[in-house]
Amino acid sequence: MIDITDVDLKYGDRTILKNLSLRLTEKRIGIVGSNGSGKSSFARLLNGLVLPDQGQVLVDGIDTAKNAKAVRRKVGFVFQNPDNQIVMPIVEEDLAFGLKNRGLSKAEQAVKIDAILKHYDLDEHRNHPAHLLSGGQKQLLAIAGVLVMQPSYVVMDEPTTLLDLRNTMRISRAIDALEQPVIIVTHDLDLLSDFDRVIAFDQGRILADDTPSAALKTYITAMTHA
Amino acid sequence: MNTKDIVYIALFAALIAVLGVFPPITVPVIGVPITAQSMGVMLAGALAGAKRGGLAVVLFLLLVAVGLPLLSGGRGGVGVFFGASAGFLFAYPLAAVIIGSLFERNATLPTWPVAFAYVTLGGILFLYAIGIPWIAVVANIPLSKAAIGSIAYIPGDLIKAGLTVAITLGVRRAYPAH
Amino acid sequence: MHDLYRPGNSLFHRMHAGHKVLCLVFAGSTIFLVSNLITLIAALVMITFCYRLAGLSLSDAYQQLRPVVVVLLLILIVQGLIHSWTLGFTVIARFAFLLLAAGLLTLTTRVSDMITTIESNLHWLRPIGVNPGKVSLAISLTLRFIPVMRRVTTEVREAQKVRGLERNLPALAIPVITRMLKMSDDISDALDARGYDPH
Repeated sequence: MIDITDVDLKYGDRTILKNLSLRLTEKRIGIVGSNGSGKSSFARLLNGLVLPDQGQVLVDGIDTAKNAKAVRRKVGFVFQNPDNQIVMPIVEEDLAFGLKNRGLSKAEQAVKIDAILKHYDLDEHRNHPAHLLSGGQKQLLAIAGVLVMQPSYVVMDEPTTLLDLRNTMRISRAIDALEQPVIIVTHDLDLLSDFDRVIAFDQGRILADDTPSAALKTYITAMTHA
Repeated sequence: MNTKDIVYIALFAALIAVLGVFPPITVPVIGVPITAQSMGVMLAGALAGAKRGGLAVVLFLLLVAVGLPLLSGGRGGVGVFFGASAGFLFAYPLAAVIIGSLFERNATLPTWPVAFAYVTLGGILFLYAIGIPWIAVVANIPLSKAAIGSIAYIPGDLIKAGLTVAITLGVRRAYPAH
Repeated sequence: MHDLYRPGNSLFHRMHAGHKVLCLVFAGSTIFLVSNLITLIAALVMITFCYRLAGLSLSDAYQQLRPVVVVLLLILIVQGLIHSWTLGFTVIARFAFLLLAAGLLTLTTRVSDMITTIESNLHWLRPIGVNPGKVSLAISLTLRFIPVMRRVTTEVREAQKVRGLERNLPALAIPVITRMLKMSDDISDALDARGYDPH
């Protein structure tokens, strides 16, 4: 469970999020909002990449401000642009990166890497340079790099924005198949149709927090009339 | 050193490498090829600062030494550090440090002429002050002869200093340091 | 990325990269103690013979000298006119030997082997504050950045061409560097998000 209590977030003198309180318990939660509405900052709050100026964020009872390292183990994060997330030159090395940081032996790493490469259909690319993968494959690799660490939650910041329809579908299927709870920030409203909960942000505040159909309806109406 | 330091060091090492790919431009009158690479050293100092810039250049030279053909003209390997003009290569890291420290003196962006003076001081005067005596010593020739041979490169280096300033000020306005 | 390595199975190829570096350091220092031209020429012949032993051609050997041929000739001429021609040949023979020896190392050693050797010896530098893990990460990130930056450069160049700015270097470099800086900040966030902890 992720608990957000009375959170304020500022960049300089600009207020990004104002007096936000939320309890996230559902398996699949979508976050929508216009550019600059604070939704990306919201996603970054959940794993301690951004710390609140006021209030607190608890992930399974752990305060992100006090123990960011423990929180990052629990909350995997997928960025919008896979190029910014893949840090090693070779596919296999990139998957090993996080595991190595966690102190796993070579043999333990190999078992996990084999499994995840097969799962995401990247097996034939394991020794390829990451920059030669297609956009969709890169995003799959970025997701694989996060999931190989077996986090308790997965947060994704616009994972399909840079992809074509076919690759969006692939990522969508990958999201559907996830075992752990996911929180996805996106502009792709179709992606959220069968989610458990959708939260719409506007100017740092919650505009709607409901089932997908109800929340998206409020959101679309508000955006059309803005 | 934090994660961001490491990433910036790698980024500017890569920038210096990528500038080596640009084909050299030969200036008609002088007849000396100008390569973009030493501009990478100037940019590393001006944009990444003394510590990150200096270490970026060290990292770049390390990758050249292990055999990646990253020096302009596709050269690489340990051999490049044994040539007569290797003094310039050895002086690169400190040149970036000097330029970086000068830029870090002011909290705000320097004006065009001041920035140009900074880049010239570290990226040309200092480099030549090491590189030319180096040639004289390792090739066992008089300092004056070594200096004459290097004069032809000065116009190109001044152009690079000017471009470095234009790029640095442009990037800093588009993406302020934080 | 292409490196300068030539695959082969000779004695030099099989030698441990670290040992090759040590040999080079030894040969490089010794050669400065030699001032007899005949001995130097013998050393040159020997190192050229080593190229044959490594399965490399004479033209491979010449390629190591080609970029500096003009400089070497200039040094020879200046020396010959000021001091003596013997001294001139001595100086350039030394250079040629060093370049050939270094070239032999580079041509017979994989970049990955060199990097592994460096990484496994970095702990010697711990006393002066070098963290081996950080150096390894920086090396990997650089190799990852180079192709990305080339691609971004191509993209920006196309965009600027449409606007007629393709010959304007700042107009190319400013957006490329800005994008790469933004990317670096994101990568640094991603490293933190993926649990990177350099201590």
